[in-house]
Amino acid sequence: MNLTLTVWRQKNASDPGRFENYAAKDIIPDMSFLEMLDVVNDRLVAEGREPIAFDSDCREGICGACSCVINGVPHGGHRGTTACQLHMRHFKDGDTIVIEPWRAKAFPVIRDLVTDRSAFDRVIQAGGFVSVNTGGTPDANCLPVPKENADLAMDAAQCIGCGACVAACKNASAMLFVSAKIGHLGLLPQGAVEQERRVINMVAQMDAEGFGNCTVTGSCEAVCPKEISLNFISRMNRDYAVALLKGRQPDRK
Amino acid sequence: MNLITGLFKTSIGKKFIMAVTGGGLFLFVIGHMLGNLQIFLGPEHINAYGHFLQHSPEILWPARIGLLAFVVLHIWSAIALSRENQAARPVGYRNSPAPVAASYQSRVMAMTGLIVASFIIYHLLHFTAQTEAVNFTGYDFKHFSDHRARHDVYHMMVVGFSSKLASSFYILGMALLCLHLNHGVNAMFQSLGLKNAAYAKLIERFALISSGVIFVGNCSIPLAVLAGLLK
Ligand code: FES
Repeated sequence: MNLTLTVWRQKNASDPGRFENYAAKDIIPDMSFLEMLDVVNDRLVAEGREPIAFDSDCREGICGACSCVINGVPHGGHRGTTACQLHMRHFKDGDTIVIEPWRAKAFPVIRDLVTDRSAFDRVIQAGGFVSVNTGGTPDANCLPVPKENADLAMDAAQCIGCGACVAACKNASAMLFVSAKIGHLGLLPQGAVEQERRVINMVAQMDAEGFGNCTVTGSCEAVCPKEISLNFISRMNRDYAVALLKGRQPDRK
Repeated sequence: MNLITGLFKTSIGKKFIMAVTGGGLFLFVIGHMLGNLQIFLGPEHINAYGHFLQHSPEILWPARIGLLAFVVLHIWSAIALSRENQAARPVGYRNSPAPVAASYQSRVMAMTGLIVASFIIYHLLHFTAQTEAVNFTGYDFKHFSDHRARHDVYHMMVVGFSSKLASSFYILGMALLCLHLNHGVNAMFQSLGLKNAAYAKLIERFALISSGVIFVGNCSIPLAVLAGLLK
C-alpha cells in the first residue's frame, strides 16, 4: 500500500516545528505502525535526509516507549493497542496519516515525535517506598490478599506509563496515570501502609509538573492501551480526601 | 498540609470544592423546583409558601448567603481549574480534533455554566428583585397582592410567564442547566471519590434521570402558563 504521512518535524525544544509530508511507498499491511516508520526512515536516510525521530523500545506493547498521536488519537485509537502493536492493515491504500507528538506542557518535545516524559518519573519518585520485610523469602500466602483486590491491583499495575492519557485528555491531565500507580500499590497490604503519604506526595508532584485537571471526560480511559478504568481516579480522590482530612503534609524535598 | 491550603491549592482539592458546591446547588435546584411546583396546587398554596419564606428571615438569609458563597466558590474553582487546564496544553493537535470519547456535555461545561449564570442573574432580577424593566409585561410585580394582602406569587408567575420572551429564556436556561447537571452530577461523585464499578451505572443513571426531571419539572410551569392551563 502507498500512503502519505503528514508528520510533525521539530529539531529541538526551541524550534517552533512544522508539519511535513512524506510518501510511504510499498508498505506491507502486516507491518506495524513503527515498522512502517522504519521503512520511511530508511528511504529518508538513503536520500541523505534527516529521519523522523520517534520513541520505541519493546515493540510488543509492554514498555510504553512508543508515543505518537495518529490522526488525532494517541496510539491511533484501537482498543487496548499501543502504536507499536497497531498494524497497517487498519489503514487503506492512499490514506493520509497525520502523526504528532504527545502535546502537553509537562511533556516538552525533544525532537519530532519524541517527548520528554520524565515528569512521570518524578511523580513515581515522589511516591516513595513500599515497606517490605528483609530476611528469608516469606511463605507463599502468608500475607492474605483478597482475590478482588489482587485482580484490581493487577488491572492498575498494567499501566505502562506511556502518557497516552495525558496526550488524549483535553486538559492534559495525568490523573489516570497517577491514580493507576496509587491504586495499584494501595490495594495491596504491602503498599497500603504508606498510602496516605504516597497519595499526598504524588498529587503534589503531579500538580508541580504542570499537568491539567480531570474533568471526567473519559478520553484517557478510551485511549489507554492497557484499558485502565476511570474508577481508579475516583479511588485516588477518595484516598486523597482521607489523607487531607488526617492532615497529611507533602514531604519536603 | 492543612486542610484549607490542601483544598484551595491542589488540583484534587479544587475538584472537591467544585463538587461539594455543585452538589449543594444541585440540591437547592431540586428543593426550589419542588417549592415552585406548588403553583399547580393553586394560588392558596404557593402564596402561603411565598409568604412563609418572605417572613422567615432566619431561613431566608442564611440560605441566600450560603447559596451566594457556593456560587462564588463554584465559579472560582471553575476559573482556577480551567486556567490550569489551558496552560497544561500550550500547543494543540492539528485541526483540533474532538477529544476521544468525551461526551458533548462534558466538553461544554464552561459554556453551559456561563449561560446558566447569566440566566440566574436574569431570574433574580425577574422574580426576586422584581425589576419591572426585565419582565416584558408592563406590570409591576411588586404591586401584586392577594385577598389576604400577601404578595400574590401565583399571579406574578402567571403574568411573568405569559411573556413568550421571558418563558423562552427560562426554557433555554433549564435546557443548559440540565446539560450541565447531566455531566456535573456524575462528575461530582467521581471527584469526591464516591464512584466505583459497583455504583457507576447507578450514578450515571441518576445523573441522567435527575437532570431530566429538573428540566421537565421546571419547564412545566412556563409551558402550563403559555398553554393557558394556569390562569
Ligand atoms: S514500543 Fe514498547 S509499548 Fe510500544
